[in-house]
Amino acid sequence: MGATFVGMPPFPVAAREKLADTQLRRNLAHATATIRAKRASVVGEVPDWEDLRVQAAAVKDDTLTHLDEHLLALEEALTARGATVHWARDAAEACAVVAQVARAHGVDEVVKVKSMVTAEIGLNEALADEGIAAVETDLAELIVQLGEDLPSHILVPAIHRNRAEIRDIFRSRMAAAGRAAPEDLSSEPAELAGAARLHLREKFLNATMAVSGANFAVAETGTLVVVESEGNGRMCLTLPDVLVSVVGIEKVVPSWSDLDLFLRLLPRSSTGERMNPYTSTWSGVTPGDGPQEVHVVLLDNGRTRALADEVGRQALRCIRCSACLNVCPVYERVGGHAYGSVYPGPIGAILNPLLRGPGHDAQVDSLPYASTLCGACADVCPVSIDIPEVLVHLRSRVVDAHRGDRLPTAEAAAMRATGWALGDAGRLSAAERIAGVAGRLWRGRRMPGGRAAIGWIPGPGSRWTGARDLPAPPAESFRAWWRRTGRDEGSAP
Amino acid sequence: MRVAVMATCLGDAMFPDAPRATVRLLRRLGVEVEVPEAQTCCGQPMVNTGYLDEAVPAVGRYVEAFADYDAVVVPSGSCAGSVRHQHTVVARRTGDPCLEQSVARASARTFELSEFLVDVLRVVDVGASFPHRVTYHPTCHSVRMLRVGDRPVRLLEAVEGIDLVELPQAYECCGFGGTFAVKNPDLSVAMGADKARHVRETGAEVLVAGDASCLMHIGGLLSRQRAGVRTMHLAEVLASTADDPAVVGG
Repeated sequence: MGATFVGMPPFPVAAREKLADTQLRRNLAHATATIRAKRASVVGEVPDWEDLRVQAAAVKDDTLTHLDEHLLALEEALTARGATVHWARDAAEACAVVAQVARAHGVDEVVKVKSMVTAEIGLNEALADEGIAAVETDLAELIVQLGEDLPSHILVPAIHRNRAEIRDIFRSRMAAAGRAAPEDLSSEPAELAGAARLHLREKFLNATMAVSGANFAVAETGTLVVVESEGNGRMCLTLPDVLVSVVGIEKVVPSWSDLDLFLRLLPRSSTGERMNPYTSTWSGVTPGDGPQEVHVVLLDNGRTRALADEVGRQALRCIRCSACLNVCPVYERVGGHAYGSVYPGPIGAILNPLLRGPGHDAQVDSLPYASTLCGACADVCPVSIDIPEVLVHLRSRVVDAHRGDRLPTAEAAAMRATGWALGDAGRLSAAERIAGVAGRLWRGRRMPGGRAAIGWIPGPGSRWTGARDLPAPPAESFRAWWRRTGRDEGSAP
Repeated sequence: MRVAVMATCLGDAMFPDAPRATVRLLRRLGVEVEVPEAQTCCGQPMVNTGYLDEAVPAVGRYVEAFADYDAVVVPSGSCAGSVRHQHTVVARRTGDPCLEQSVARASARTFELSEFLVDVLRVVDVGASFPHRVTYHPTCHSVRMLRVGDRPVRLLEAVEGIDLVELPQAYECCGFGGTFAVKNPDLSVAMGADKARHVRETGAEVLVAGDASCLMHIGGLLSRQRAGVRTMHLAEVLASTADDPAVVGG
């Protein structure tokens, strides 16, 4: 079966490993630069873009404040239109519902629309345990699935792969999963897409049951919405008789006029297109047209935990556009796998700890620190999530969760000492005098400008000096200069 | 108007040329500046690592030390950003309404250097002279936390004799990130190496920025590479005059 994120090392360890992958660095730099430029160009065409972002944030916040009412309205509308609504508290409950529907129809293969939430709950693995194959029909998800690989981006999960790697995966793996790739398959994009199309067409035509997520769920009419580019989603949503959609409870929007706002923001932020090629909407069952048995699984899986966090709850506004990944200088250099989750990048760095709760798992707790707080993500977010604010907040939750530990970490001790020293000018001044003596004694190579360079510090200091010089402390601190001459120097010509 | 300079802990202890230049520059522009000696640090090193309780003493010192001034000038986008955006979070956590009020008052009167020059003193040409090839790195917190926009560039463009060259991909983070630089050292260096490469591509003799912290990181890499590029704070360039020029070489 496929790879798993379970047991991934903390971010700094995983990131260090990924930094050494030269192919990955080039694939990512090229792909993210291309999509950044596309986004910037189409966003620039919308004069009221900043207003739309503020409105979208307000709609999401208002909906989340009254989430219970909107969800009950959604359930009522869905049920009235012939859908069966299931409530799932966690991944296991949601997977059990999907498996149970599949068993009821005697199905051993389902086709899937690309969906983040089914990846989040590990649905494919859960179905495999029941002997049911879940076939990914989005091209990039198919590449990941056939390669027994892990997704590394929300929108383009195979962003870490280049054409040659994809050709090799198709040639060696497609036959075992269904229709084989041509023997002489080249790495031309049109040929690769052609091979995938033929392979998938067979799957669509034979499928009895499809599984999807939803980008939005409109409460007033009980309508689910899937936004996509390839048309594979449309196939899955219209051909099979049975459709099960797993929907995170934060996906609800009250009305179609709210939906309009998000459909203007999502494609431009996501693929850098003015409009996405396929937008499918369906409201329960339509007799004689499309699936005749429709199930909707409304999933919590940590969302109410995130909602309880007053600062962090803004992360539930996320519409999974991935603009924050594409502008993130950290993501660009290490890719998505280093984050150890289906939700990578800046949004993953806040969403994973919020969904799972900080303070229990070293990998999860390392994520809020996987950022320089440069703020590029917040500027592009179409729903104005202040990701740096949430990152800092989650860092404090991680620290607070360990305040009761019997043995404080070296970092905690250092922070306590620094906080103490900085609480009084006299203490800081004393530290500066000691550093000044050390600085005067230091005989190192000169840096441009004349200061002596410290090129090596033992222990934790080597994390700085491994690749960077540090100037030796100045002989005289600013404070000492001010006392000596600064009060008078240059005060009046 | 009573104006105080906040040296910042890094400026005070490691890069005194930046706050010294700030004092000289403001005095040259006719501002009577004071340096309250009770000042220490904005508390950002603790806050950004998640240690909010540990930042309380520093935040307390800040509001006390600068309570009697109409304006506080900070030669750092990051520290000014911390005062304006993070002090309120720290204060709220203490549950002390007095501290919350003092923090609100102090942060409203805190300005990053280029903001103070352009918005308060309403000056763009500060009478500086700096006949060198310079490239400018817009630091993340000055750009995206404070929104200083093109103020620093306008100030630099008005400097006599300067050869200001644009830095490629200027708005990308240098990779310093406070404790990020030692928690994720490899990644920090990978980002900084790209920034240093862009700096070298400009052929500049001096890299200028408004934050000593970012300069410590990029400058540390450039020095290790023997790139022959030195770093200087924006204040040092603006303080340099034809009569009293800043020393660049040596």
